[in-house]
Amino acid sequence: MSEADGLVRLRQPIGVTYNWSAGPNATSHLAGLMNGKFVGKRCPSCALVYFPPRNGVCPKCAKILAGDVEVGPKGTITTFCIVNVPFLGQKIKLPYVAAQILLDGADISMQHLIQECEAEDVRIGMRVEPVWKDKSEWGPSLENIQHFRPTGEPDRVMGAESGAS
Amino acid sequence: MALRDIAIVGTAQRPSEMNSTFTSVEILLPVIQQLLDKVGIERSEIGFWCHGSCDYMSGQPFSFVSAVDAIGAWPPIIESHVEADGAFALYEAWVKIQTGEVDVALVFSNGKTTSGPIDQILSLQTDPYMVAPLKPGFDALAALQARACLEAGVVTERQMAEVAARSRRDAHNNAIAFTKGNESADDLLAMPYTLNPLRAHDCATPVDGCNAVVLAAGDVARRLVERPAWIRGIDHRIDTQRLGARSMIESSSAAIAAQKAGVAKDRIDVAELHAPYTHQELLLRNAMGLGESTHINPSGGALVANPAMAAGLARFAEAAESIFAGSADRVLAHCTSGPMLQQNLVCVMEGE
Repeated sequence: MSEADGLVRLRQPIGVTYNWSAGPNATSHLAGLMNGKFVGKRCPSCALVYFPPRNGVCPKCAKILAGDVEVGPKGTITTFCIVNVPFLGQKIKLPYVAAQILLDGADISMQHLIQECEAEDVRIGMRVEPVWKDKSEWGPSLENIQHFRPTGEPDRVMGAESGAS
Repeated sequence: MALRDIAIVGTAQRPSEMNSTFTSVEILLPVIQQLLDKVGIERSEIGFWCHGSCDYMSGQPFSFVSAVDAIGAWPPIIESHVEADGAFALYEAWVKIQTGEVDVALVFSNGKTTSGPIDQILSLQTDPYMVAPLKPGFDALAALQARACLEAGVVTERQMAEVAARSRRDAHNNAIAFTKGNESADDLLAMPYTLNPLRAHDCATPVDGCNAVVLAAGDVARRLVERPAWIRGIDHRIDTQRLGARSMIESSSAAIAAQKAGVAKDRIDVAELHAPYTHQELLLRNAMGLGESTHINPSGGALVANPAMAAGLARFAEAAESIFAGSADRVLAHCTSGPMLQQNLVCVMEGE
């Protein structure tokens, strides 16, 4: 409590601890990451492959996702933004690129960091691959991947041949 | 304005469990599918979806948005959410149908009550400046109310034990219920206090659960079920949030809501009261004028299975089912919210 400027201020921190469960569908996804694999799930109705498998259901069909599908590890940038603005807790040297990456075999994209190239060279359709952290740092998280980097392969034209709808 | 005739035409509930390892979405989806199959309608026939849950219980802001995954949002749907028990979502859906914009609504609610310290989480509903910083604990607030009621002679410990004994006995007939027992009131009175004057059986069992009901208007309701549970009156009243400024030995908001919902117009066969503490059932019965001719909580009530944010809608489901089954003609469903019966929603339903 301080009254320096004539105002009474109270600090009232509240903390609550939860037992959070990922659910069976996200569990195979997270276990996959601990083994260096990208494991998604397929919708038994529309056959779309979700990576990550969201809440374990296909929101389009309202069906519980079925079998595990390994996707990636390479993927294609579907959209991106160049981050130039510093913010509190910033860990990466500016400018850097945050991109949506459609892993090969998946039908929804995921967000990750693009490094090992100039920001202005990043483009939609660019082929990328993951750079994993040292195994000793792995946990059940996409943070096991340090970043994605260009593979140098020819660009993939997004659209007609994509499985996404 | 003439009101439309609106009825509950179907219900589905997931059996109570503890420490569920499924996500809320994985829990909800099969229940909603089961309900649609039971009522015999497609998702495309639902004009309005309304959801009740509480982000504080999952500890994730906007966690309710993910529940849309459980109902399927393609092609686009019209949906809404209340940060409250699903019974309040039912009220919103009832209003939506009254506007004439839609004829059929699906209401659903879920609560993974055992994934966090629900006693602390619910007490965060209190006034954030003066009360919440004291971290009073939801059970402790109820115990203060019970103490006041006992001192004033409004309830007795024996009456409270009788409520618990009856609820635990009735729970044997309910697949959704969690806590069951055959103890007599004397047996229960011999148990130690856990939060004097409350004993363990005076407090509801927190469980993970979810449920869903379908509301429909007029002839659509008649087409979907043989005997719809017609909503004849529904009313929501709130006592002041200032705990020291309201009477702890009566519930004026429940009394007004019951009067506005038309409870006293005729005999109530079955009343499903959302009373998470034994003394609160007694207070509610007093407030609503429910006598010996009314069967209270044949489901066992929230006392034997209390999925927070779904236990109120469960009362509507149980009451409606007794109309469908023909075992009752005029029923009451009730939901409370907030500490010490702060908010009360009362609904009267009838069969034709």
